[in-house]
Amino acid sequence: MLVATALASIFIRDLFAVIMVFGIYSLVCAGFFLNLNAPDVALTEAAIGAGIAPILMLGTLALTRHSWDPEPHAKKSKHNPLLPLIVVTITGAALVYASFDMPHYGDVTAPANNHVAPRYLQDSATEIDIPNVVTSVLASYRGFDTLGEVFVIFTAGIGVLALLGFLSDGSGRKYWQFADTASLRRHTVLHVIAKILIPLILLYAFYVQFHGDYSPGGGFQAGVIFATAFILYTMVSGLQAVYKIIRPEFIYLMMVIGVMLYAGTGLVAMFMGGNYLDYNALDHHDPVHGQHLGILLVELGVGICVAAVMMSVFFNFAGRGIHVPEDNKEGGQ
Amino acid sequence: MMETILSNLPALQVLLPLLTAPLCFMIRKQGVTWLFAFLATLGSFAIAIDLYREVMTNGPLSYHMGGWEPPWGIEYRLDELNTFIVLLVSAMATMTLVFARKSIEKEIAPQSFALFYTAFLLCFAGLLGITITGDAFNLFVFLEISSLSTYILISFGKDNRALTASFQYLIMGTIGATMLLIGIGFLYMMTGTLNMADLASRLPEVMDTNTVRAAFAFIIVGLSIKLALFPLHIWLPNAYGYAPSTVTIFLAATSTKVAIYALIRFIFTIFGVEFSFGGMPLTAIFLFLSILAVFSGSLSAIYQTNIKHVLAYSSIAQIGYMMIGIALLSTLGLGAGILHMFNHAIMKGCMFMALGCVYFRYGSARIEDFKGLGKTMPLTMAAFVVGGLGLIGMPLTAGFISKWYLVLAALEHGYAGIVIVITILVGSLLAVAYIWRIVEAAYFQEPENEPQGEAPMALLIPTWILALATIYFGLDTRLSVEGATRAAESLIGGGL
Repeated sequence: MLVATALASIFIRDLFAVIMVFGIYSLVCAGFFLNLNAPDVALTEAAIGAGIAPILMLGTLALTRHSWDPEPHAKKSKHNPLLPLIVVTITGAALVYASFDMPHYGDVTAPANNHVAPRYLQDSATEIDIPNVVTSVLASYRGFDTLGEVFVIFTAGIGVLALLGFLSDGSGRKYWQFADTASLRRHTVLHVIAKILIPLILLYAFYVQFHGDYSPGGGFQAGVIFATAFILYTMVSGLQAVYKIIRPEFIYLMMVIGVMLYAGTGLVAMFMGGNYLDYNALDHHDPVHGQHLGILLVELGVGICVAAVMMSVFFNFAGRGIHVPEDNKEGGQ
Repeated sequence: MMETILSNLPALQVLLPLLTAPLCFMIRKQGVTWLFAFLATLGSFAIAIDLYREVMTNGPLSYHMGGWEPPWGIEYRLDELNTFIVLLVSAMATMTLVFARKSIEKEIAPQSFALFYTAFLLCFAGLLGITITGDAFNLFVFLEISSLSTYILISFGKDNRALTASFQYLIMGTIGATMLLIGIGFLYMMTGTLNMADLASRLPEVMDTNTVRAAFAFIIVGLSIKLALFPLHIWLPNAYGYAPSTVTIFLAATSTKVAIYALIRFIFTIFGVEFSFGGMPLTAIFLFLSILAVFSGSLSAIYQTNIKHVLAYSSIAQIGYMMIGIALLSTLGLGAGILHMFNHAIMKGCMFMALGCVYFRYGSARIEDFKGLGKTMPLTMAAFVVGGLGLIGMPLTAGFISKWYLVLAALEHGYAGIVIVITILVGSLLAVAYIWRIVEAAYFQEPENEPQGEAPMALLIPTWILALATIYFGLDTRLSVEGATRAAESLIGGGL
């Protein structure tokens, strides 16, 4: 299935279909991750790979309208496919070569299961005391990596802003809608369904956010799901309606607040006598409680930052004025 | 309060610029963001000086993130090598920011200033994070931060081709980073740990497996893309050529250096000399590619008309010298390689700043623009010449010192050594050729353009500080040579 979708994405010439295939590909990937006992990763892959990414790609498609040149006699591609083919073949061969000496799938004696991991599994109950070990590794043992990841997402948000420019404030400027969705706004059925779905999505986002200590989930996934609700609303009701609820400036502020909440928790721990991100220091009488508090705060920071960046990226795409004059008729026909 | 700060200096080294970045994004006022960025960088530089002295006197430092001892938690580990690199990177970042304030006025739209400084700080913090960490996966995370922000910084270039250059670098960089990640994943699979010291102690057991060999290959190739080793350098000339001057200065002085550092770290600390050079034909491969890099880089440099491209190709050649030093596998050779990283950062920084001054006045940096500059912009051109002399390797400049040590190291190696010495000599002659073209245009030809006068003081001062540093480190080599030698000793003498 994975191979089939990958091949399909190469051979299909209609970009719209390719994006759909990408979505399927991600969903299959998510299934694989689940099979490998990584439900947290699977949830992220499903939300981002199969949810947000296709929407953004569709947005790009709608903006650029570069369908694959249908005429075969159009200018021949300058790129020689041979070099990439060789590179890919060598890489693939190296991967296969490497796999000969890998520990078997599910092998209990594999080094990965026997060195660092046992401590995470056995001692995290007394040291951190939350049931989802993934969350405690992610937010506490290797919390600094996660801080780095949040900054990666923040950087990506900055990058989109740098390339597409800040959003205008919405006053006196017509917002262009995705061509495909402009007509959607008149559909009563869609409106009703969206209205039912949005509160549920938001509620689910909060569940994933705060239940991350007990079951798969956490800030990354919750942030994406939360943003999805707003993106759905934008697609049905248009940007102007969204801006009545949430101002772009506010989203930028939330991006900063998200990362700073994470980083700030670490700083507070530092000034309370621990090392950076040492949540034990947050509560001197009960270090485990300190861990709980620290993880709650940083996960919240992650969630806020991720949601804000996703929204900011999407609105930047959606809010970009279209350049082709004939498409400038607002709101469809 | 003071005590807290002092005991957390390794973390603050990276956190200071990292956390100032979102603040700059919040404020979005031109002068204030510059001041914030500058103070953060300066503070980071001060910490770097302190940590360098600390490590030099008391030996390596270890800092545990989150209070979890390694290998469970992430460790920041400072030794002679990475404090030296941190010192270099933060010094160059400080100088670049001094230069940036005036320079970006001409090259970047005013509403983007805040974003520019935000991206700059993120890039700087990312580079520091790569250098300082003792954890292989943490290195990857900070590599992502620095790479992403580098793509942003390049795309600020005025020329539309900056976007293409940035995109090309993005593709190449992502392939490199993915390979690095695959390699680190394999290592984790075989050892169950991500901590560098722990990896080094657990790897020998599983050394003789296909998986570890593949991991090694993936990591080497991935990092070679990042450090622009010939023939994986194709992203570099355009990235340097079309980025804003400030960005070019910063990237040339720091980014490839940090990638080389990461390579040294993987080869010498994690895999160990015996595996890297005993089991794998790395010396031969690196020497071969480095020598090709010196020749092809220098030759291409001669034929460029855009001076930024000249210097970019020259960088590829200079990276060749550094890699030769590493491949020689002796304390002397490795020391020479590290020393050349330090000296080259200063010299290239100086030359790209001089170029930035010209760009500030003329809005481009083609060879035609340089005609007659010896008269109209004497100070700028003088600094350029000083940097150029360093690049050629004239005695009394920093470039001479590192080439001298490189030759000494090469002579230990018999026939191969002679080939290397010839390469260095020919490379230097080629450098004379491409520098001379510019000097000739500047001093012996009449100006074509309307003379614009000397660059403003705000640009000249940092340029000249680096020009003087080029001379200073050619005369007084205590800091640079001692730092580089001790770094090399800590890697090879450590007996891994």
